[in-house]
Amino acid sequence: MSDVAMSRREWLLSERPQSRLQARLGRAYMSWQRFAANRLALIGLAIIIMLLLVAAFAPVLAPYSPVAGDLRQGLKPPGWEHWMGTDDQGRDILSRIIYGSRLTLYVVVLVAILAAPIGLLVGTVAGYAGGWIDTVLSRITDIFLAFPKLILALAFVAALGPGIENAVIAIAITSWPPYARIARAETLTVRNSDYIAAVRLMGASPARIVVRHIMPLCISSLIVRVTLDMAGIILTAAGLGFLGLGAQPPLPEWGAMIASGRRFILDQWWVAAMPGMAILIVSLGFNLLGDGLRDALDPRGAGQ
Amino acid sequence: MSALLTVEDLRVAFHTRTGTVDAVRGVSFELGRERLGIVGESGSGKSQTGRAIMGLTPPHAEVTARKLDFDGIDLTNISARARRDLRGDRIAMILQDPKYSLDPVMTIGRQIVESIQAHEKIGKSEASKRALAMLESVQIRDPARVYDLYPHEVSGGMGQRAMIAMMLIANPQLLIADEPTSALDVTVQLDVLRILDQLVTERGMGLIFISHDLRLVSSFCDRVIVMYAGRIVEQLKASELNQAQHPYTRGLLDCMPRLGAADRHPLPTLDRKPEWAL
Amino acid sequence: MTNALELDRVEVVYDDFHALKGVSLAVQPGEAFGLVGESGSGKSTILRAIAGLAPVASGTINIDGQSLSKRRDKAFYRSVQMVFQDPYGSLHPRQTVDRLLQEPLAIHGIDDQERRIVRALEEVGLGTGFRFRYPHQLSGGQRQRVAIARALIVEPSILLLDEPTSALDASVQAEVLNLLETVRKARKLTFLLVSHDLAVVAHMCDRLMVMQHGEEVEQLLSTELSARKARQPYTQKLIEASTGFRR
Ligand SMILES: Nc1ncnc2c1ncn2[C@@H]1O[C@H](COP(=O)(O)OP(=O)(O)O)[C@@H](O)[C@H]1O
Ligand SMILES: Nc1ncnc2c1ncn2[C@@H]1O[C@H](COP(=O)(O)OP(=O)(O)O)[C@@H](O)[C@H]1O
Ligand SMILES: [Mg+2]
Ligand SMILES: [Mg+2]
Repeated sequence: MSDVAMSRREWLLSERPQSRLQARLGRAYMSWQRFAANRLALIGLAIIIMLLLVAAFAPVLAPYSPVAGDLRQGLKPPGWEHWMGTDDQGRDILSRIIYGSRLTLYVVVLVAILAAPIGLLVGTVAGYAGGWIDTVLSRITDIFLAFPKLILALAFVAALGPGIENAVIAIAITSWPPYARIARAETLTVRNSDYIAAVRLMGASPARIVVRHIMPLCISSLIVRVTLDMAGIILTAAGLGFLGLGAQPPLPEWGAMIASGRRFILDQWWVAAMPGMAILIVSLGFNLLGDGLRDALDPRGAGQ
Repeated sequence: MSALLTVEDLRVAFHTRTGTVDAVRGVSFELGRERLGIVGESGSGKSQTGRAIMGLTPPHAEVTARKLDFDGIDLTNISARARRDLRGDRIAMILQDPKYSLDPVMTIGRQIVESIQAHEKIGKSEASKRALAMLESVQIRDPARVYDLYPHEVSGGMGQRAMIAMMLIANPQLLIADEPTSALDVTVQLDVLRILDQLVTERGMGLIFISHDLRLVSSFCDRVIVMYAGRIVEQLKASELNQAQHPYTRGLLDCMPRLGAADRHPLPTLDRKPEWAL
Repeated sequence: MTNALELDRVEVVYDDFHALKGVSLAVQPGEAFGLVGESGSGKSTILRAIAGLAPVASGTINIDGQSLSKRRDKAFYRSVQMVFQDPYGSLHPRQTVDRLLQEPLAIHGIDDQERRIVRALEEVGLGTGFRFRYPHQLSGGQRQRVAIARALIVEPSILLLDEPTSALDASVQAEVLNLLETVRKARKLTFLLVSHDLAVVAHMCDRLMVMQHGEEVEQLLSTELSARKARQPYTQKLIEASTGFRR
């Protein structure tokens, strides 16, 4: 058995890969090794995997309904029956947090899917094209960056109307500018390199150069940045929820849960503290993961 | 004449995640007040040899030597502090690219003045007068102008001269030059070599000249050490290079195109034998 | 016979810096032409101007008698290719050798990719064992071979070589120079070779131009260079310096 494992390792680390797949897997394996050498990163990864599992199996894991409560059971402290206690409506907080993980994931994933590609596209095009295109795109980016994120998101939600979808859109609109900045900076460092000149000399169109040769170079630093931003996104979503502009009751969104718990914060601390803890742990998980990814994906580390 | 530097069985090993890299594997030589060349291909351990003598080996590497003696001082067991004092004072090093060894945010003149003042108690105007004289001594034609320039504003040759000028403040007895002219144009290269040559003859300095260019080294140095895979494969007088015995040395000499030589198409290439690395 | 490559009073201006001040040269088909001079004299700029990578302010560039327009077309990129000086900077760090060689084929819509990639690797003496490696798994000489394979895979007639061996060890330089000579003979290529090493240019080229400050100093035959028969004092000085240090 260990013999097989050994040779598989050797196959992955081979200096002479025999196929495209082997080369790619070998590279991924090296990144994984760098990642796995970092204990904290593994903890972060474990937290995120746990979040995914909890979200996937919420109906199985949750002991009670997340929305229907028994008013007679209201504001019970944590105990055997309700591990995290109940809120003012008598709903089980644990169940709400478990279902809430779906909303958190929903927000985080949608924002990442919306904001990262926009930032990547704007940044690489601005960086590669230069001239007036760069000027226009960079100024637009600057304008977005000039406002604090939450305030800008607030303005957008106010315009679009409250609700979780609108919150996602608002957060996405406010989070792409930093990604554009990163992608542009990265593009500027490689656009005059010989290997890009070589591709130009093959007759590649600017679009092909940006999409196939420059974007792959920016993606790893972007992934790192997005992962590190996840915590911020969760907090912004929670902030909007807290202000009543994000997810609407009775949705078990963590930020909204804290908001409804703040009325009893002194006597029934668990109503606000439990979702707060969930936000804290998940944010921490994303941060640790991002740090680990930075070390694992750093193109300079993978180079010479 | 007693040796200025004695190196016996010097070894440098890097312990990395993928295993141990033996960069230098048992190098021994003596140096008097002369020009000694160390040549070899990239990765043969030339720089690590020089750095080990300087005490500038990276911290994760392990340096051992049976003997590492500089003018009666045993370099293998002196304190880091004593080593540093020695480095600033009696042993100096010049690297390939002056851009990396000069401070980019300080004018060249100020850098020289600061290092003069680090060495002795001396007034500012006196120090800057000395700095100007120093720049002049490395044949910079307009020292007053160069004095006020930042490192990125001067050419490679000028930067290298400034670097040499800075090294000379302390009047070192041993100078280790690691590819000091490889980044320079041939004509500038010769100017820099001429300065180094003068220093050796006038000040009686010992010079270790590290380079990959066997031809250049043999025209400049008194003696040549040829390294391959962390070991010395041959030591010989520069004037006797044509009688080199080792096939590696001969191969290195042979494979370079020469001006005015008979047509050699194709050029002879080096057929590396595994036993050379033993 | 029409010249394979002809430059007529080409000027290149960067912002307000005159990098080339009207350079003219003509290279015949199958000829190897050298450019020498100190760094900053404009050697690379000539190659980049031909390749369309430098801003040409005035003058004309002809390939096979055809004047080049400002925008190079695809046919141009199939007839002219370039090998860069720094083998560590000219290969995309995230692409395997296979991907690097596939790209030009994909751009020009050349089919039969599999066979061409294998053949290109064999031609430059690498073999298919290197096909799926990343650049960081290759030595400097191997990288330069990959760069040559990439240039040759679209079957150009003119190869622009910008100091292709100056970052390599002498023994590796000999191997790469031999390789370049072999492919030139086999494919009847026209070379424009830049080097700061007079001996390399004399070895590889039939004729050469000596440059200084973005201008021509003189043009001479390699045999004249080897015999040290230069007309200009600057060339004499270069020849003198290349013989090594004299006390
Ligand atoms: N920081 C390092 N970590 C691991 N190996 C190193 C390091 N620095 C140098 N080496 C190894 O030491 C050997 C000798 O390096 P060096 O002395 O710099 O060669 P040279 O100067 O002759 O080109 C090389 O094979 C290189 O791989
Ligand atoms: N993109 C650029 N912008 C401004 N100046 C440049 C640029 N590229 C080259 N130059 C300048 O043009 C001159 C010639 O450069 P180059 O042709 O690369 O010289 P060589 O190849 O002969 O060393 C140099 O002085 C260089 O600084
Ligand atoms: Mg070195
Ligand atoms: Mg150049």
